[in-house]
Amino acid sequence: MEKIHKQAVIIGGGPGGLAAAVELKKKGIQDILIIEREHCLGGILRQCIHDGFGLTRFGETLSGPEYAQRFIDEAREAGIEASVDTTVIGLDRDRTVTAVSRKGLVQYQADAVILTMGCRERTRGALSIPGERPSGVFTAGVAQAYINLKNKMIGRRAVILGSGDIGMIMARRLTLEGAKVDAVFEIQPYASGLPRNIQQCLKDYGIPLYLSHTVTKIIGEGRLRAVEVSRVDENLKPIPGTEKEYPCDTLILSVGLIPENELSLMAGVELDPRTRGAVVDEFYQTNVSGIFAAGNVLHVHDLVDFVSLEAERLARSVASFLEEGLPGAGIQVETGGYVGYTVPQKITGRQDAVLSFRPRRPLRGACVEIRQDGVCLVKKKYPRLLPAEMETITLPASKLISDSSIKVVTSGE
Amino acid sequence: MNKTFTCILCPNGCEIRVQLDGTEILFADGNKCPKGAAYVEQEIKNPVRNIASSVLVVGGTMPLCSVRLTAPVPKSRIFDVMEKMKEMKVSAPVKAGDVLIPNVLGLGSDVIATRNVERQETDA
Amino acid sequence: MIQTYDVLIVGAGVIGCSVARELSRYRLSVCVAEKGPDICMETSSRNSAVLHAGYNNRPGSKMARFCVEGNRSFDEIAAELDIPYKRTGKFVVGFTGEDMEALRKLKEQGEKNGIRGMEIVGRDFMDKKAPLIKGNFAMWSPTTAILSPFQFTFGMAENAAENGVRFFCDSEVTAISLEEDGLYTVSTKGGQCRARWIINCAGLWADRIASMLGMDDYTIYPCRGEYYLLDKKLKDTLPLPAYPVPNYKTGGLGIHLTPTLDGNIMVGPSTEYIEKRGNYATTREIMDLLIRDGSRIYPYLKQEYFIRNFAGIRPKLVPKEKGGYHDFVIERRKDTAPHAINLVGIESPGLTSAVPIAKEVVRLMREAEDLRENPGFRPVRRRFPTFRDKSPEEQAELIRQNPDYGEVVCRCETITKAEVLHAIGGPLGARTVTGVKYRCRAMMGRCQGGYCQTRITELLMREKGIPPEKLIYGRRGSYIFTGEVRG
Repeated sequence: MEKIHKQAVIIGGGPGGLAAAVELKKKGIQDILIIEREHCLGGILRQCIHDGFGLTRFGETLSGPEYAQRFIDEAREAGIEASVDTTVIGLDRDRTVTAVSRKGLVQYQADAVILTMGCRERTRGALSIPGERPSGVFTAGVAQAYINLKNKMIGRRAVILGSGDIGMIMARRLTLEGAKVDAVFEIQPYASGLPRNIQQCLKDYGIPLYLSHTVTKIIGEGRLRAVEVSRVDENLKPIPGTEKEYPCDTLILSVGLIPENELSLMAGVELDPRTRGAVVDEFYQTNVSGIFAAGNVLHVHDLVDFVSLEAERLARSVASFLEEGLPGAGIQVETGGYVGYTVPQKITGRQDAVLSFRPRRPLRGACVEIRQDGVCLVKKKYPRLLPAEMETITLPASKLISDSSIKVVTSGE
Repeated sequence: MNKTFTCILCPNGCEIRVQLDGTEILFADGNKCPKGAAYVEQEIKNPVRNIASSVLVVGGTMPLCSVRLTAPVPKSRIFDVMEKMKEMKVSAPVKAGDVLIPNVLGLGSDVIATRNVERQETDA
Repeated sequence: MIQTYDVLIVGAGVIGCSVARELSRYRLSVCVAEKGPDICMETSSRNSAVLHAGYNNRPGSKMARFCVEGNRSFDEIAAELDIPYKRTGKFVVGFTGEDMEALRKLKEQGEKNGIRGMEIVGRDFMDKKAPLIKGNFAMWSPTTAILSPFQFTFGMAENAAENGVRFFCDSEVTAISLEEDGLYTVSTKGGQCRARWIINCAGLWADRIASMLGMDDYTIYPCRGEYYLLDKKLKDTLPLPAYPVPNYKTGGLGIHLTPTLDGNIMVGPSTEYIEKRGNYATTREIMDLLIRDGSRIYPYLKQEYFIRNFAGIRPKLVPKEKGGYHDFVIERRKDTAPHAINLVGIESPGLTSAVPIAKEVVRLMREAEDLRENPGFRPVRRRFPTFRDKSPEEQAELIRQNPDYGEVVCRCETITKAEVLHAIGGPLGARTVTGVKYRCRAMMGRCQGGYCQTRITELLMREKGIPPEKLIYGRRGSYIFTGEVRG
């Protein structure tokens, strides 16, 4: 089959892909193609109609569709080619991209492939919630798509499992549309979404958030009739005797997002079991030469602004890759203490590196250190670290003392 | 009296601890920027919120057009504003930024479209 | 006017559909009354999807006879109806001397039932076939196969429909009366009709239908089996079904592992007698048990691979206290109900035995009357082409012929709009979300419809003209929407 050559093929036209495309063009790369499976560019932002996006990237607060539109307009003005209604069904190690649309099946040979496929939601099945199998159990994103895009109301009385941001935003959305939201239950002893959303989506509307609680049974033969909720112990195991039934016709699951790496795996991209995204260096290059990843497909972000910024950094390194090639990264980034992961997971040591990380549990007055050969290279204080909030720490290349691995740890103070 | 506020003006979500005498702030700390102090003051006197929802589109490629307010409205009026959005019908095409309800309920805030909705071309 | 049929079949599971297809070979007007909103909704769609060899059943029993025959003749029906299946073979694994003894007996029983090629094999043989399956030795059954119970049931139903059988869903039979003219009048929730013959294929509710036919001597004891469904990532780790040494007393074959044709793995089923027949709930206790027992023969039962839990229910004729199996009841009572064929207790190996059971129904009917061949009978049915298992060239050609193949609806399983529309269209088309899923596999992947559910509901409403509040997920009352947000 004949292949069409492209300098850069971007898989996914959401905020990551759009930002990467626009930045690549600015860097002088002409031959770019965005492949998007939906009819419109913008990705998940199309259904995120609430405001609060863009403060970091644009200095003003926008709704999701408006935020996306800014990049869509920029991409259009820059003359970037986009194939919408087109699904990538194959990706090889040699950067062959196979895509289908109503027009047919096309194969591209790309010099660089940029993975910006985003993430998907964890489901009831992945959590193994016991009980019957009625309708009325929705992941938060599906509920959001029905209400905000498809004009379909999904229920009258809801409870929400998981304090992820989308779950809390849906609690408010359902309330505004006249549904009663009785409670949000979170299995962890802390909230997994942003503090501002606890305030403006739950507290504002008198919706209680119960920490260390989870749904232990789903009840209802046809449509959901109730859920049984239990308190959990420190090992997150339900405590017998604490069961309580909440009548409801709708259960919204906001229990985590998983980077959508099916295509990456087809190409032999190595994944990090902690982020479930690719292992990358500071150029966002995966272990497969010429395949790069950024945004939620790399690690789940809490703010779209950071996705755009990450994708823009990626685009700059892709431009270098296409023009003069990139050096290999030999320094492994390890983690310790309460640091859950870092991105990138390896660096060259030739330039300053920004390491994104999340703590595994909430910490107050924490110190994060970067160490090499037992020596502390960088130390940064954080008044508050939350698993809900991605943080960054910068490692100046000048601080490195050897070629051995570095370790990012929370320290005692 | 001591009270803690979570500032909602930006994703930082600063936790601001405040000492109050009635509605007067004696002392505040925890905010990373001056906007936090203003937020707390507003929150004590007259809490306001922006809201987002959708309005029905007639003859569009999408059944709904997402909307938001250009300025926050008093918290107590949120559901009144929602009623206005529920009553509203617009005809396609709609462009992001179009003012759909100017000065909604006299609250000094406009309801604006936040996305484009094209007209549905019919075969006839 | 009330319609009169030669034959009314109660129940559109695998048995009802098989009987329907078999009867469509003859000059008979046949209809099928199904209680649920779709066909293949109960036991037939909730099992291990294995074409058994037939060594688990008592020599001389109908179970043994029909199972062996069903396995042997499956190639033929699969070819006619284009039903995907694969003769993977199967291991029953053992660890102890006691297990060895049991496996020898099992092999002996199988040989008595006429099965060939079974062997007791050691680790060397196991390592060649399926190195990750645990066990010190195994009984190897080469004729065991895996199949798609959905394709099997829908294939027979579609072929029956093409040959003139009418299917009525949402038509639970509420009363049957034998009139003086010798015809049955059947009241259903979907309306009334008359029939000369009634074939009771009601599965979990077969005792109730039997009782309506004047046979009060049966009780179905529902026995639930829970399963885990695992991610396709594990595809290469389990090339064939692996079972433990069965303890028949429990009423099942033990918690085993089965690969599906599409690369998922099923773990289960448990055996738990329950009160209520339609209760497909899964429970924490059994989930834990599945992992514990399954892990004895397979190493990857970890949370990260779980994509779904589900349960099926065996319509057993033996109560818990007694345990074990009762043979299939397939009878015509010449004295009391000469024009009724009663099928009760069709549990495992019912799927494997479906075609021989249908032939037995025909044999029993022929005791009472001559059946004339239907010269127009068309035995062949072709599956709608699936996009995912084609080469890029073939895929390109499919899109050229039908651009709907170019729209991927279900991302995880690569199911296209053409396939979804085909599942919805036609006389036996899906009206529910589950119906679409069973017919074309959309939503069966790891995101469980997270990406495509919104599109599938939209297509269903549009193609079938279903208003939002009326659309159901699968079971009765399982509405999805309370209405529109605006409008």
